[in-house]
Amino acid sequence: MPEAGRQLDRNDPAGASAPAAEQGTLGIMGWAVRTARLMVGVPDYDTYVAHRRETHPGEPIMTYEEFFRERQDARYGFGKGGRFRCC
Amino acid sequence: MTTLVRSNPRGHWALWALIVVLGTVSLGIVALHRGESINAAWLVVAAVCTYLVAYRFYAQFIADRVLGVEPERKTPAHRHNDGLDYVPTNKYVLFGHHFAAIAGAGPLVGPVLAAQMGYLPGTLWILAGVVFAGAVQDMTVLFFSTRRDGRSLGDIIRAEMGPVAGGIALVGVLLIMIILLAVLALVVVKALVGSPWGTFAVVCTIPIAMLMGIYTRFIRVGRIAEMSIIGFVLLMAALLFGRTVSQTPELAQWFTWNGKQLAIAIIGYGFVASVLPVWLLLAPRDYLSTFLKVGTICLLAIGILIVQPDLKMPAITKFVDGTGPVWAGSLFPFLFITIACGSVSGFHALISSGTTPKMIENESQIRLIGYGGMLMESFVAIMALIAATVIEPGVYFAMNSPAGLIGTSVEQASQVIGTWGFVVTPDMLTQMASDVGEHTVLSRAGGAPTLAVGMAHILSGLIGGKALMGLWYHFAILFEALFILTTVDAGTRVARFMIQDMVGSVITPFRNTESWVNNLIGSALAVMCWGYFLYQGVIDPLGGINTLWPLFGISNQMLAAIALTMCTVVLFKMKRERYAWVTMVPTAWLLICTLTAGLEKIFHPNPKIGFLAHAQMFGDALAQNKILAPAKTLEEMSRVVFNDYVDMALAAAFVAVVLAMLVFGIASIRKALGTIRITATEVGDLGGRTVRA
Repeated sequence: MPEAGRQLDRNDPAGASAPAAEQGTLGIMGWAVRTARLMVGVPDYDTYVAHRRETHPGEPIMTYEEFFRERQDARYGFGKGGRFRCC
Repeated sequence: MTTLVRSNPRGHWALWALIVVLGTVSLGIVALHRGESINAAWLVVAAVCTYLVAYRFYAQFIADRVLGVEPERKTPAHRHNDGLDYVPTNKYVLFGHHFAAIAGAGPLVGPVLAAQMGYLPGTLWILAGVVFAGAVQDMTVLFFSTRRDGRSLGDIIRAEMGPVAGGIALVGVLLIMIILLAVLALVVVKALVGSPWGTFAVVCTIPIAMLMGIYTRFIRVGRIAEMSIIGFVLLMAALLFGRTVSQTPELAQWFTWNGKQLAIAIIGYGFVASVLPVWLLLAPRDYLSTFLKVGTICLLAIGILIVQPDLKMPAITKFVDGTGPVWAGSLFPFLFITIACGSVSGFHALISSGTTPKMIENESQIRLIGYGGMLMESFVAIMALIAATVIEPGVYFAMNSPAGLIGTSVEQASQVIGTWGFVVTPDMLTQMASDVGEHTVLSRAGGAPTLAVGMAHILSGLIGGKALMGLWYHFAILFEALFILTTVDAGTRVARFMIQDMVGSVITPFRNTESWVNNLIGSALAVMCWGYFLYQGVIDPLGGINTLWPLFGISNQMLAAIALTMCTVVLFKMKRERYAWVTMVPTAWLLICTLTAGLEKIFHPNPKIGFLAHAQMFGDALAQNKILAPAKTLEEMSRVVFNDYVDMALAAAFVAVVLAMLVFGIASIRKALGTIRITATEVGDLGGRTVRA
């Protein structure tokens, strides 16, 4: 699981974990894990970190724990996340 | 495939010709076969070939010509990339996300109920419906939402067809939500009545989910895999222990509930789950049920491919004339209403305009995710149909006919079903009940138990044989109940938000979703709406499913008709009217089906079909102080009459919503035809063309 080594420092998030998607090398296992996580509404954390570092340098980045809680609340919240489910 | 095309075009066309021939032959065998039984493999091959050809040619045509997909155009995922909601996502990952969001109980239950007419009518509509209606809707809505920053269906309707049309559509969505929750909860009730094994396992999911919730919120934050594995192991332990519970009378009595008790328990559960913080119960349940759902669907596919069971149900039964015991009404329009989600589902329009369009990496992937995702859903429906038709037809009818028709003893049931032309001995029914570890299999309507027996039949052929049949049966029940209840709690929450939003437009403070008072009132209102129909279904002597499933089917197809009307309007506004038949034909068909079915449900002279006729029959008897079965008191009689009028009002509301949307649709199209400009309001990189009105 990519969860290993996710105890990230707020000042240096994503430390060593290179975003695999950026390099276009998403193996079967990586694909399965990401799919499973996105199925329950949690997008890829490394992609998020890479995005923040690239486009909002110097701004705070959520730790994985904060990121997870934010996504969980958004999935079942009102407004943008008020998600429908199917029959 | 692409390299194959480039390097060897002749081989490419030869391959497609082969698929077409194979598909045609399999479909011919499925359609023309008469006699003892037919191998399910033919059905699978026919379905897969149909999907491949439809995906390769029709979906490509829709993408290139009808919609005009532009791969170089920036998607909302790139424009608004925030790493959270808007994220360019690998197309296969997003496919999985989208499929998990659209797959639910509908495609599993509908085909099971439709099997009373034989396997053929259901199969043909599942295939034709998905290719020309369902997948077209999902893909087109996904495309239009992607072109509009991932806005919701209601927003797009408001923008393209006006605020009144948008408001009507929202009311329609709330109505479908309510009836959906009621009918799905009823399916669970029907599956768990008098079944301590199943009830115990399902009740255990609540503490297991709470444990998972606490674990992932405080102990090991966000460790989804760990938490899910722990949850799954506990769930399987509960399932295994359920057998002991059912065999120990002191324990079994605690978990042997009747319909009313189960209904009240589920209503209470829906309320509590909607009120509690999501991380405690709702979210972890959702994780568990999503993974179990996808895993079980894969397992069933493997089971069918390896076991290759025979379909025992005839291709067509005599019940196409509308006299069937499972649900009333003739093939047209009711078969098309009953199958629901497996061929076309309006609900998918909400999902295709929800989270998925915000993550599309490139417009060229809309075909795979929108059209392909729906093909996959349709395949789930085909598997459900296979599961329902591999069991003996006599057993199928014993399980799905109300007690009012076949009585409550195996002897009586066997005799009545014999008169319909299906042989089933009392021993077979007793044996089936003992094989799956239940007291009886009679009148276990609602589709879930039948599907569970079919799945147990197939999966025990894969692993464990007859010894594990009971375990597989209850695994299947658990799997269905788990994700239906997850739909119930999350749906109650969404219904609560919608009610708060609607009431809040009049009484502003009610809009605040953070307030506890609003939370309690809103949740109670939401639960009362669907709880009313659930309870009414449970006490309905004809089994409830009979009444509620057609209403659900009508509402779901109605929503699809609304979504497709919107798609047609937008095509006209884009000045692509020469291709508008792609959405107009399915819209017209759905309008014909929903309007006919809706009007028949109201006005049909047969009291089994028409609510008015039924109300009149009971009303007349009531006037003469006579009591008609299944009512037992005069009070129950008047309740039956009252419920008939409520159901009638609901059906009338559906018809009115559809007609209103049709009028708005035609008006918008006329307006679009009256101008030479493109009037669709897309956003984003427009490549120098004038698109905005």
